[in-house]
Amino acid sequence: MGRHMIAGDLNDDGTVPKRRKTSPYIAALIPLYLVMILLVIGPLVYTVMLSFATNVGNGGFSWKLTVENYRRMIDPVYRVTFLKSIQLAFLSTLLISLIGYPFGYWMSRLSKKWKKIMILLVVIPFGVNSLIRYYGIIILLQSKGVLNWLLLKLHLIEEPIKFLYNYSTVLAGMVYGLLPFMILSVYSSAEKIDWTLVEASRDLGATKTEAFFSIIFPLTIPGLFSGVILSFVPSMGLFFVSEILGGNKIVLVGSLIQDQMTRGGNWPFAAAIAVLLTIVTSVLLIASARISQLQGETRKGNNLI
Amino acid sequence: MKRKSKFPIIYLILITLINYLPILVVVVFSFNSSKLSTVWSSFSLRWYEKLFSNHRLMESFFNSILLGLASTGLSAVIGTLGAVGLAKTNYRTNKLVAYLSTLPLMIPEIILGMTYLAFFSILSIPFGFLTLLLAHTAFCVPYVLMMVSARLVGMDQSLEDAALDLGASRKRAFWDVTMPMLSPAIISGSVLAFAMSFDDVVISLFVNSPYFNTLPTRVYTQLKTGVTPDINALCTLMLLFMIIVMVFYFIISERRKKR
Repeated sequence: MGRHMIAGDLNDDGTVPKRRKTSPYIAALIPLYLVMILLVIGPLVYTVMLSFATNVGNGGFSWKLTVENYRRMIDPVYRVTFLKSIQLAFLSTLLISLIGYPFGYWMSRLSKKWKKIMILLVVIPFGVNSLIRYYGIIILLQSKGVLNWLLLKLHLIEEPIKFLYNYSTVLAGMVYGLLPFMILSVYSSAEKIDWTLVEASRDLGATKTEAFFSIIFPLTIPGLFSGVILSFVPSMGLFFVSEILGGNKIVLVGSLIQDQMTRGGNWPFAAAIAVLLTIVTSVLLIASARISQLQGETRKGNNLI
Repeated sequence: MKRKSKFPIIYLILITLINYLPILVVVVFSFNSSKLSTVWSSFSLRWYEKLFSNHRLMESFFNSILLGLASTGLSAVIGTLGAVGLAKTNYRTNKLVAYLSTLPLMIPEIILGMTYLAFFSILSIPFGFLTLLLAHTAFCVPYVLMMVSARLVGMDQSLEDAALDLGASRKRAFWDVTMPMLSPAIISGSVLAFAMSFDDVVISLFVNSPYFNTLPTRVYTQLKTGVTPDINALCTLMLLFMIIVMVFYFIISERRKKR
């Protein structure tokens, strides 16, 4: 900020120095700084501090510093929960990408009018509370539910199938809830593709598959990547999906934190789990950002040659 | 490029149908006269009647609207001012500030929720509307900030400079030139922010109070204790509202194009 304080003459090219131009905008930044300090940095720093505090039981803690909360996570019970959550987040992100990418891409190939209609169709479900949509899944899949009724009527099964309350239902629930984000972000990057490039490559003898992998796919990597973030980050924490569709049988790290914050009452331990989860999430995200960046670059290089 | 394969179309239709199935079921069962969600007995509108006499559900619905509007309004102002401020100044810290302000979108909601619960209780802020407003504002600001920042990058700065050269005051240039160009971004950021606030379960569960429930937290408790079909009715009405808004938007934008 110092350099703005120095009173300056006119710039070399005769214009008024930037200083006078920027000053009124400092005030505009104040609310953002307040939000950043009070609602982002403050709470996060406090949580990190809390993770080193000592639990004294009954929801209380003292500021005697300890690493006990982190040590406790090596305990197999917690370690398994942690790994299971990461595995579920990975699997759901993978499935979301596999289902959502072709959807978003093919959507971008529709006529203008149908594109708009499809966007509406993807967005409209957001108008229904997401919990209610999960409730719809329960009505659909429960043992006396619509799907079992249909299968019984068609004599495809003898006994109702137990669809609900297992790992695959939770996984399906995650995919169902987060798919639209992937679709929309892949669509928005596929929409911007310059098709003359693809046509040129086809004219030069590239097959459809070659054209897809050398031109289209690299151009949609940013969209795919933002879709991955938008599905991976929430799937680490959507504990209610496993509660509702998993029937408390599948304990995820999210439920663990919530439990510790309410019933269990060990806040420092909850804070330690949260810190570790944040670190794991950011490391994975940074790694995947690097990979997608590198891939984009090598592809670009290949194209130039 | 003409595609001969029908597969993409079939795929799009199939996934869309699967996507709508749970919603369809909710809509159908809102007209079911039975209280059970397992049997269809007969068509009835009794849950719609019940809905309007269910004060707790209606109250949480209006709470959610109030909270959504308040946090969206607040974040529209903070986000827009912030984006403009970041674009028009060149402090070294700007990049860091932009990154830190959008952090709430990068952190799993569960962590944000527990963080606010811990932080607000050490500051002894009473839990209720105020804590919900603060938490929702924190994750709504990034939507507006990102949208408006993206718009500012693509905007022609020379227009504002021209207005200044022609003698407009800085205030006037901002309101008459910059703002109209920013408004689509502010609106789309705000719409997104409202949708996220209105549908938030995880963060709200941590910072609400028994006396101030939002619709999602009310539905959450009901899902654990037993759902009454009037919730189906409420969601059907919300869906209808959403469809009407969307179709209107679609027709208007089609018309505008024809002109």
